[in-house]
Amino acid sequence: MALISGWGRFPVVDTDVLRPRSFGAVGESIARTSGGVARGNGRAYGDAGIGQSQTIDMTAFDRVRSFDPETGRIRIEAGVLLSDLIDTFGPRGFLPYVVPGTRFVSIGGAIAADVHGKNHHCEGGFGRYVDSILLLSGQGETLEISREQNPDAFLATIGGMGLTGVILEATLRLRKVETGWIREQVVPAENLADAIKALDAGDSATYSVAWIDCVAGGSNLGRSLIYLGEHARASEVAPDSDKFPRGADPKLSVPIDLPSLTLNRYSIRAFNELYFRMGARRAGAPNLVSIFPYFFPLDSVGAWNRIYGRRGFLQHQCVIPQTNARDVLGEILARVSKRGDASFLAVLKKLGQGDGIMSFPLPGYTLALDFPMTGSILDFLDELDRLVVAAGGRLYLAKDARQSRATFEAGYPDLQRFKAIRASLDPSGKIRSKLSQRLFDEVQT
Amino acid sequence: MTSRKIALILGGSSDIGRATARAFAKAGWDVQLAGRDAAALEPDAADLRARNSVNASTHHFDVLDTASFDGFVAGLLALPDAVVSIVGLLGVQENAQADLDHATTIMRSNYEGPSLILGLFAEKFLARGSGAIVGVSSVAGDRGRASNYVYGSAKAGFSAFLSGLRARASRGGVQVITVKPGFVRTKMTEGMKLIGPLTVEAPVVGDAIFDAVQRKKDVIYVSNKWRLVMLIIKTLPEAIFKKLKF
Repeated sequence: MALISGWGRFPVVDTDVLRPRSFGAVGESIARTSGGVARGNGRAYGDAGIGQSQTIDMTAFDRVRSFDPETGRIRIEAGVLLSDLIDTFGPRGFLPYVVPGTRFVSIGGAIAADVHGKNHHCEGGFGRYVDSILLLSGQGETLEISREQNPDAFLATIGGMGLTGVILEATLRLRKVETGWIREQVVPAENLADAIKALDAGDSATYSVAWIDCVAGGSNLGRSLIYLGEHARASEVAPDSDKFPRGADPKLSVPIDLPSLTLNRYSIRAFNELYFRMGARRAGAPNLVSIFPYFFPLDSVGAWNRIYGRRGFLQHQCVIPQTNARDVLGEILARVSKRGDASFLAVLKKLGQGDGIMSFPLPGYTLALDFPMTGSILDFLDELDRLVVAAGGRLYLAKDARQSRATFEAGYPDLQRFKAIRASLDPSGKIRSKLSQRLFDEVQT
Repeated sequence: MTSRKIALILGGSSDIGRATARAFAKAGWDVQLAGRDAAALEPDAADLRARNSVNASTHHFDVLDTASFDGFVAGLLALPDAVVSIVGLLGVQENAQADLDHATTIMRSNYEGPSLILGLFAEKFLARGSGAIVGVSSVAGDRGRASNYVYGSAKAGFSAFLSGLRARASRGGVQVITVKPGFVRTKMTEGMKLIGPLTVEAPVVGDAIFDAVQRKKDVIYVSNKWRLVMLIIKTLPEAIFKKLKF
């Protein structure tokens, strides 16, 4: 038994952790388990990557099976990390189509959460570039599934939080790029309305995301920096710099749990003020930045989750459909600003249509807020959830550790279809995570 | 034929072996992976080919079957530029204390086999006038400890063999490197209690081995912390050392 948790370090759960070295051993683990789920690099924030009784660590499966440099098509095992793919294939001119805010996620995890990046509004999620998946079902069958072959299982696995079975391998398409640089343009916005306007104006940009100051209130409520980005062509990169810059290992790391006092409304306010002013100075003419700080700003600080202290933190990431977005986001931000303890990492981003049955994205705006774990935060987040549900929105399962069944069921209308597909793949209910126990599974009395 | 350099990895299916193969392939070397089950090495060879567009082959090699060594060396299509031995067996100290067969297997796997095969390559490399020989030994060989002296003594013998070979071969243009990794999180150490700050992941060892070949090192501790720890352990007076249980 071992105590494990997600990236948010809440909840901490005692489970068996198995680390199989062969697909046969994965099959044996599933055959024997009374409730297990696969885990990749442990970057889901809450309880998604923790098995009800067994957690199957897939990081030993880190091989590339084949790669075709003509088409960019790659077959890989589920434990390969995106950072590994980027380091290996970036210098050869290929990058994943979709990357989330950290590159330290496994391929299996990226598919299971159908992660989205700064290009979701125009290019969709991670699952859109997955051609097929080798899945070990709860019944112990190994299935090759795709949009053509067993499409129900495939579309349930994209964004299915690992609950359709264990993802063993996948075939993906990589994007051909000329460089590892992004042509970035920073647009400052004084308030939420301007930020939404700037994001809408950035619809044609390949990448767009807003960093949002959630301490600022009043007329500055929702003041933001919008980062638009395009892949830089080879001709744009100075002849004396690398076409593909290296991603440095984290230079800074947080070696210990900081006292939870470190982040308070004063330190966060000071940080945000500085950040906004520095960013606004870069506004205007486009400049070239490496893909690493552009896509993965927090990866440069190792173990940044420790700044929240031992109690951990919660991320609340919702998506609000386009029509209601401005009012609802304004209301959420007003409440957050009044509370004053949401941290510097607040992200506002436009999303498009989701790809899987349980994929998080829907056309609208997503807002991600981090809060240190405190006694009063759970009730506050329940309040926010009521606003989200009333607006027809939902919460991102990969970040979630605490939403109620009612919130979940209201947000995911295709849940019954998903449950039926899951039942056909796993009739005896072998595949169970702490998240599925909390939100999906029949309550046992 | 390519003009790429070739690295032979003995013990290619181990975590350090796989990481070492990746480090060489990433730098554009072709790789020969050798292990007891050649077929089981094929996915790793495919991984190297797909990642780096290099050649990667698999070879049957059993470190206990010393009679096969001449044939193994002769059977390689090309003589490698570097050979890295990661072969070893930790064994179970408590069993090895009374079970002579187990003790013999530990000694042969960590000392006899690796020394003999690297000695054979040394002759070939000296005849050619170039090459790098890397033996992964252990900090456990620096001083015999109560908790693992059967393994440690075999590693001590291997370290001494490499040291002598280095003195002889360096005059002939052949480089011999002794690697002492310290604690590494691998299959071999799964379930053991490792001390976090003194423990590294296998890729760190792989990169360190490649770096040692490039920079023509003699003896490397993968982490400098281990150099210090072993210096202290080696200089403790026997009267104190023998009372320690570790």
